[in-house]
Amino acid sequence: MLLRGFTIQGSWNYELMIGNGMGFALEPALRELRGDKASAEDNPEYRAALARESAYFNAHPYLTGLAIGALARVELDRESPERIDRFRKTLCGPLGSVGDRLVWTAWLPACSLMALFLFGIGAGPWVVALGFLIVYNLGHVGLRIWALDAGWKHGLRVANALGNPVLQRGANYIGRVAAVLAGLALPLAAHRAVGGGSPIAAIPAGIVIATPLLAVLLVRLHGRAEGWKLIFGLLSALVLYSVVH
Amino acid sequence: MIDLLALRADLVPLALMAGVAGLDVVSFPQAMYSRPIVAATLGGAVVGAPMAGLVCGAALECLALEALPFGASRYPEWGSASVAAGAVAAHGTAGAAVPHAADLVFALLVGIGAAWIGGWTMVRHRQIIGWMVNRKREQLAEGNPRTVVGLHLFGLGADLLRGVLLGATALIIGRLVAQAAQDVWSLPSNITLGFVVTSFAAVAAAAVWKNFHAISGTRRLFLAALAVGTAVVMLRG
Repeated sequence: MLLRGFTIQGSWNYELMIGNGMGFALEPALRELRGDKASAEDNPEYRAALARESAYFNAHPYLTGLAIGALARVELDRESPERIDRFRKTLCGPLGSVGDRLVWTAWLPACSLMALFLFGIGAGPWVVALGFLIVYNLGHVGLRIWALDAGWKHGLRVANALGNPVLQRGANYIGRVAAVLAGLALPLAAHRAVGGGSPIAAIPAGIVIATPLLAVLLVRLHGRAEGWKLIFGLLSALVLYSVVH
Repeated sequence: MIDLLALRADLVPLALMAGVAGLDVVSFPQAMYSRPIVAATLGGAVVGAPMAGLVCGAALECLALEALPFGASRYPEWGSASVAAGAVAAHGTAGAAVPHAADLVFALLVGIGAAWIGGWTMVRHRQIIGWMVNRKREQLAEGNPRTVVGLHLFGLGADLLRGVLLGATALIIGRLVAQAAQDVWSLPSNITLGFVVTSFAAVAAAAVWKNFHAISGTRRLFLAALAVGTAVVMLRG
């Protein structure tokens, strides 16, 4: 189930979200319901459970382990289908919001900024790439293993696991570390990208003045224009100017 | 002169790598080797210049900080795009050297353009699976294990293919355009690099400012660390 959980979003779609992925991940556990007969695949209890678990579901992919573990437990404990359905629905919201806050808005940017910091202080390509992958996946794989284990252990009381201090307050601490990393990484990485040298020269001085101005403009444009699209336009204009000039 | 022989030799490994990186973005295993700073370095390494890939990847990573991969939202697909961009930046660059400024600009344009189109292909991929779900509603409602597993494997396979095709297309177009345009590039390298660094660092700074606004004290920490980082640059320079 843990390995299948890594593919949870493999059949992501706008009809069931990750529902089919949930069915795929839970299927090995549900086989326990069908016995050893030759017609085991047609066992009605197994099929009903698989149909239930393949219905609409959405959550953060790294925390779906909590749902997979808990739902495997309640299916094998043969809880009533109505109770399982209600339980399944109540899991969607919290698993999505907690995971988004902890992973997408804190852990991932923090690890990205750490990689940029490594680049800024002069680390080589493999140190930067492996440094990022090792640190990021310590959190990623650790979270997936913990989630599956906690889901299986708690079953219907899986909400207790969501009270874990790392899930509740981790994003705040990681966010602060990321902010410090960002402040250190950006000037160092920019300096390395322009080839080092004296920061008093015209080009580095221009970067120091222009970058905050453009950043403030981008912050003010928040919601109206995305920075990466704007940069695409600016780079295209630069190419046009340089080629035509 | 466009080097078609070199392009042909690099195309298969880079397209496969782009497919694997594209798969990592959402489908499997989300270990984030699809992040630009990793994927572009790998793309550059295939061509023999990981450092050039890293420089390109670091720039794209600044943009990727702004567009985080929230579930159903449409966001750029940086994985396949970064592999192609890293390879374009690295082409014609020796092992530990940084890319030529013009190559870097074209590589970044390829990366952003391919990521943009990649986001669109991801939506189409999801719609195709949704269409298949609707066709197989009855079997899914019956709990048919072959349908559940088949649908899932189809989704994974289609996503891999999507990344391969996107990466290959971006690489071919990027390499041809970059080689053709290199000879007519007129801006000095330092001005080009200055423009690139300013733009990308500004997006990253704005992204950090916006992303962490909900956590108290982070903006002050960011500004203080920015002052320290700038002072370190001055002292080292």
